[in-house]
Amino acid sequence: MLDDFFMRALLAGIGLAMVTGPAGCFIVWRRLAYFGETIAHSALLGVAIAVLVDLHLVIGIFFTAALVVLAMYYLERRDTLPTDTLLGLLSHGGLAVGLVLLSFFPNMRVDLQALLFGDILAVSHVDLAVIWGGGVIALGLLWWIWRPLLAATVSPDLAVVAGLKPERAQLVFGILLAAVIAAAIKIVGVLLIVALLIIPSAAVRRFAASPEQMAAGAAVVGMMAVAGGLFASATFDTPSGPSIVVTALVLFILTRLGRTLPAGGAR
Amino acid sequence: MLVKATDMGVRRGERWIIRHVELSVDRGQLIHLIGANGAGKSTCAKAILGLLDIDEGSIDRTPALEVGYVPQRLALNPTLPLTVRRLITLTGRFPGTRIESALASVGLHRLGDPPVTTLSGGEFQRLLLARALLHRPDLLVLDEPAQGVDMAGAGVLLDLIQDIRRDLQCGVLLISHDLQAAMSSGDDVVVLVPHEHDEQPVGLDDPYAGAARRASGQA
Repeated sequence: MLDDFFMRALLAGIGLAMVTGPAGCFIVWRRLAYFGETIAHSALLGVAIAVLVDLHLVIGIFFTAALVVLAMYYLERRDTLPTDTLLGLLSHGGLAVGLVLLSFFPNMRVDLQALLFGDILAVSHVDLAVIWGGGVIALGLLWWIWRPLLAATVSPDLAVVAGLKPERAQLVFGILLAAVIAAAIKIVGVLLIVALLIIPSAAVRRFAASPEQMAAGAAVVGMMAVAGGLFASATFDTPSGPSIVVTALVLFILTRLGRTLPAGGAR
Repeated sequence: MLVKATDMGVRRGERWIIRHVELSVDRGQLIHLIGANGAGKSTCAKAILGLLDIDEGSIDRTPALEVGYVPQRLALNPTLPLTVRRLITLTGRFPGTRIESALASVGLHRLGDPPVTTLSGGEFQRLLLARALLHRPDLLVLDEPAQGVDMAGAGVLLDLIQDIRRDLQCGVLLISHDLQAAMSSGDDVVVLVPHEHDEQPVGLDDPYAGAARRASGQA
């Protein structure tokens, strides 16, 4: 059962979970779930652009996602519309424009199913190198911005007064998120990526006493979800992306069952 | 002189939130910034801290001024696990002995390291104060630190702030709406008057505030 493609899928998923754990914690702490969804939805536009100018899909998705992050960064400061309205605008605008653009190229074969739900079993050696190389860089960046980003999560004002430059940290985090989501499209797809970001973090919250413990725990739970989901997928012949998310969900529910465990400060 | 605001004004759209404010804090001086709700106290503090740009006037700060800030409210997301000792090092790494002495100076050193969500309102404010003290500030800005703290807790907090000013010889800008407490403290008081019309300057030159001024450093 442990074929070559299966091992590649497993390694890719584990490499991804290593980053989605800590990054997902910030999504939960900063209430950025919808922001994540917006980046993911804009991926469809990225795919359309990649097809148009003949780019690698992940690169097209990354650049579009990064543009969406920058647009959001700019709009939040310049526009009076509430954040979730702006996100809805970008999210569904990007999705719709992407789908319309793709419809102009009926001969281009774009596997929508794979984009939406992931196609982890088609991970190539190149994909694997990109995910691990990018993952190590992403973890390094996260390490670098950890203190300012965490301080800004608690209070942007405190971070500014302490000279931590939280704006820069937030922008770096946005771009990093764009890269993580671009890399994750192949594994879990556009529709499920945010689940891989938030479910592991939510699952470990009550066991963590510090932000760092929660980040590490989320990475471990993410890896367990990937491994469990892939084995289930291979065993029961279910789609890989949804199987990973279902496994994460089961892990989350299991952590909720042990009511007698210490709450660790969670309410 | 640590910081000095001259003819400071902040506008939102067409409306001036504060205007013609004169304010300065010296080393070792405690200034009570008093005003009714909506007088622009927090705006004043944020301008002094450099958190927002002023539309009029100027602010002079001593070069390399280390500022400690205790915000009015800190809404913690309960999904973020923070203990007392993790929160206090949120904005910088410090040696353990310095952390202990900062906690001791606000009376929280025997608390251990519980999650901050288990602290009372007064304890949490003192923890925020300890966090600001860790940075060894020249200037301490406190935005209504006694808000939501009971009477006894508020008294403890005020005494604490006086001790800190004496021990650290730092300047303190203390924002509150308790004019009586400010007047009876013997420190300098600046009253911020909300004003829609901007004919005359308020602040230090305001007769009310002028009468309230006392010599500093003898509390």
